[in-house]
Amino acid sequence: MTPAQTEAPQRRGTPQDSAPTPVISVRKLWKVFGPKADQVPGSEELCGLTRRELMERTGCTAAVRDVSFDVSPGEVFVVMGLSGSGKSTLVRCLTRLIEPTAGGIVFEGEDIRDADDRRLRELRRRKFSMVFQHFGLLPHRRVVDNVSFGLEIRGMSKAERTRRALEVVELVGLSGYENSYPDQLSGGMQQRVGLARALAGDPDVLLFDEPFSALDPLIRRDMQNEVVRLHHEVGKTMVFITHDLSEALKLGDRILIMRDGRTVQCGTGDELVGAPADDYVREFVKDVPRGDVLTLRWIMRAREDADELDGPELGPDVVVKEATRAVLTADKPVKVVENGKLLGIVGDEEILAVVAGREGGA
Amino acid sequence: MSVAVEKSRKPGEAEALEPAAPAGGARKVSRPMVIGAVLVAWLVLFALLRGKQTLPLAAADLTDLHRWINDFNDSIGAHRNSNPLFLYFFNEIRLVIDNLVTFVQHLISQPSGTRPVPQVGWLGVVGIAGYVSWAVGNWRVALLAVAGFTFFGLQGLWQESMDTLALTLSAVFVALLFAIPLGVWAGLSDRFNRIMTPFLDFMQTMPTFVYLAPLTLFFLIGGASATIATVIYAAPPTIRITAHAIRNVSRTTVEAAESLGATRRQSLFKVLLPMSRRTVVMGVNQTIMAALAMVTVAALINAPGLGVNVLQALQSLDVGTAFNAGLAIVVMAIVLDRVTTAAGAREENARRSMNRFVKWRRPLLGAGAVVTAVLIHLSHTYVWAADFPGNGTIGHHIASAADTATDWAQDNLSGVTNAFRDAVTNGLLNPFQTLLTDSPWWLVGAVLVALGVVFGGWRAGVTTAVCVGLLVGTGVWSDGMTTLASTLVATVLVMVLGVVFGVWMGRSTLVDRLIRPTLDAAQVMPPFVYLVPFLALFGATRFTAIVAAVVYGAPVAMKIIADGIRAVPETTVEAAASAGCNTWQIITKVQLPMSRGALTLATNQGLIYVLSMVVVGGLVGAGALGYDVVAGFSQGELYGKGLAAGCAIVLLGVMFDRITQAAARRVGA
Repeated sequence: MTPAQTEAPQRRGTPQDSAPTPVISVRKLWKVFGPKADQVPGSEELCGLTRRELMERTGCTAAVRDVSFDVSPGEVFVVMGLSGSGKSTLVRCLTRLIEPTAGGIVFEGEDIRDADDRRLRELRRRKFSMVFQHFGLLPHRRVVDNVSFGLEIRGMSKAERTRRALEVVELVGLSGYENSYPDQLSGGMQQRVGLARALAGDPDVLLFDEPFSALDPLIRRDMQNEVVRLHHEVGKTMVFITHDLSEALKLGDRILIMRDGRTVQCGTGDELVGAPADDYVREFVKDVPRGDVLTLRWIMRAREDADELDGPELGPDVVVKEATRAVLTADKPVKVVENGKLLGIVGDEEILAVVAGREGGA
Repeated sequence: MSVAVEKSRKPGEAEALEPAAPAGGARKVSRPMVIGAVLVAWLVLFALLRGKQTLPLAAADLTDLHRWINDFNDSIGAHRNSNPLFLYFFNEIRLVIDNLVTFVQHLISQPSGTRPVPQVGWLGVVGIAGYVSWAVGNWRVALLAVAGFTFFGLQGLWQESMDTLALTLSAVFVALLFAIPLGVWAGLSDRFNRIMTPFLDFMQTMPTFVYLAPLTLFFLIGGASATIATVIYAAPPTIRITAHAIRNVSRTTVEAAESLGATRRQSLFKVLLPMSRRTVVMGVNQTIMAALAMVTVAALINAPGLGVNVLQALQSLDVGTAFNAGLAIVVMAIVLDRVTTAAGAREENARRSMNRFVKWRRPLLGAGAVVTAVLIHLSHTYVWAADFPGNGTIGHHIASAADTATDWAQDNLSGVTNAFRDAVTNGLLNPFQTLLTDSPWWLVGAVLVALGVVFGGWRAGVTTAVCVGLLVGTGVWSDGMTTLASTLVATVLVMVLGVVFGVWMGRSTLVDRLIRPTLDAAQVMPPFVYLVPFLALFGATRFTAIVAAVVYGAPVAMKIIADGIRAVPETTVEAAASAGCNTWQIITKVQLPMSRGALTLATNQGLIYVLSMVVVGGLVGAGALGYDVVAGFSQGELYGKGLAAGCAIVLLGVMFDRITQAAARRVGA
């Protein structure tokens, strides 16, 4: 560990490196709406059609098509796509609020698709919680009763659930509003209630369905920071749906981009920006400030013989923005070193290509 | 993206579904010409064939159908206690309902057992009314309820009022017992909703009147029949509104509850029902108002209460007495309406105000309950608290004041009112009625079918043809045409008023705010009481019924048209104004054409309201179908004819409804 490396902020560990057992494992998931929907996933011919062709041929809409991914414990997994890309359907399929047409969803070793009604309710009560775009609060209940609603459903006693609800209300920063009604709160505060309701049951996984899309930009930023904070404090696994790329990059350990129900690309933020899978993703990430996302790994060049190797060292996962000053002030090129092994070299040109220009990079 | 996909799909789909759309567009150009041609052909044929094949039937004449119904009625009467269907079904229902009504009557209105007075006297009832109004509403409506109930006593109509109240409450209780679960079911299940909707449409299309005749066949005349008729008439609003409320609960909220692992039961009781409670209370309000209207009309089949006073006074043209009793009905309607409306708003208001008296509410409610209990006890024990003191002198004053006013009006205004009456009667009603009644039946039928096709399309035309055929079958064709003439004339007047006031209200928020409360109040009044003031002004004629019908039907038309005008997008009006339109042009070229849907709907509702009132007008000399029905209740040999006339009213109602609904759909598309 070099001093430069410890000074640079540590990015959260990228889970695929250590590859622990995933919490949720989704395999070849399909959701088709329409008559005889269950025939579509099985038919190779129908699978090949575009959405529009499928609609014309069969009258079916395929909202989720052959999607697979794993979510590791403690990870924030973001699903991103424009409206109509199937992301909200996908997250509802995870707890079968919408019944999937085909595929498997394994949660902690158990296939959720095999669960009967009772087991499914149990999972929803104990293991999963969801935060909704339009909050879905009960207007006839006070904040504290909204937060304790899930506990009430479970059959917890009134005193106990109120105590727990007050704890969570404090955790999301709503102290003092316990006895207000939802329509007396602003949109951001209502969504805090939604968040508190989801946290109250102490679930293993939190699902967010575009939770901040209905909020003003400033409040949205506050709430994003709130989620980051809560993630640090409670360390829950989160699946987060959004249509906003900057939100995805800000919150997500890994991001899955969907289009027309299919996975386009799945990877970390710097992977999407550094190596877009196709023009669609490239168009998406075009306006992202690359220096904020890319790490040195993406911009370093191979060592050349002319390079002087006595410059400072940095790790490959340091973000370009953080390394800029160190590279530009050093009079010699910076070595990118991981576990004592030299991976490549970063000089002023590489840094400036990213910071000053939009083109270049991988 | 799927949005784009859907958009590009829509035109194709529309074409596939409605191949008739271009044809409709082509027909629109020539529609007025077609209508004109039909009318001209009618007039020509009328001139040639006048007086032939008009199917007249004198008041005392009967057809075979009527005699057959009479015999059928007699045979039911003879086997009422031996036929198993009656023994184990109709008689049982009648018994249960009868027991319920008698129980409530003994409680508040009729002498009970050995007591010469009911179990709870006036003081107790006033106390309960005030307490309940306060508990479910607020102290203002509680004061209103106490004042209103005391007023019944002062009018000298305490017992009659309590009979009406007892019948209304019993009917509402039974209606809600069925309506709320059915409404919840219809809200949860699309299939059940599809099954229920046509029935509810049908039940609400029928004038109050026509429920009575068939029910007497099975349940005899009296309180039980009245209550059953009232239940059938009053339940639909609650079913409909409950279903609507359940359906309108935010999908996200239900989903949120599901995502937390709520069972269906928990979703229903913790989310759906609490969130739709306010709307359901609105439905209950409408059910109560409908029940009150029906209970008063049910005086025709010997239901006790205020309706009897109005009915008898109307039949003897005693305006003063009718006015006094009508006023009591109006007061009861206002009290019931205000209290239930306040009940709907209470929780919300309490929440908003964050009232610091909230913590006192419980002890105060307890104290109020104790006071009420004491009042009940007093009224049970002491005569002064049981029998309303005095002998209704205020009622006599009201009656004689009304008589004086009537006399004055007849002395001083008769010139004006008679001129107005004669102008409309001779200028509009008589020629039109002659045209309808003196044309051959097949000619009128053909014209009706043709107009049905032109306005509503082929399916409406087929419905019209079926209705015309059945109308001929009822044997009261001629009376039906008289009623039709009155109804159409009244509807034209309703629409004139509706457009004038509707446009005015739609364009001016101030006017809307001034007029709308009056219209709302007018709509909760039972149709019966509308007859009274016009009887004073115009005497017992067809015209009285028409004016009452116009006044009864106009509020709903005004409101629908005002809402339609208001719904025209602001930007369209602005665009027209910026293009240099004057006010008249904006109204005639932008606002009215763009609210065609509202105009058609207003016509539909106006027709239905007018029809029910024109029929009730049979009581005050409007004759025709309404008279046939009333006569059927009172004279055994006319029973069959009355029932046939009731069917004719139903057929007219269905015909109007189908044509205007189809027209509304066509305009809306």
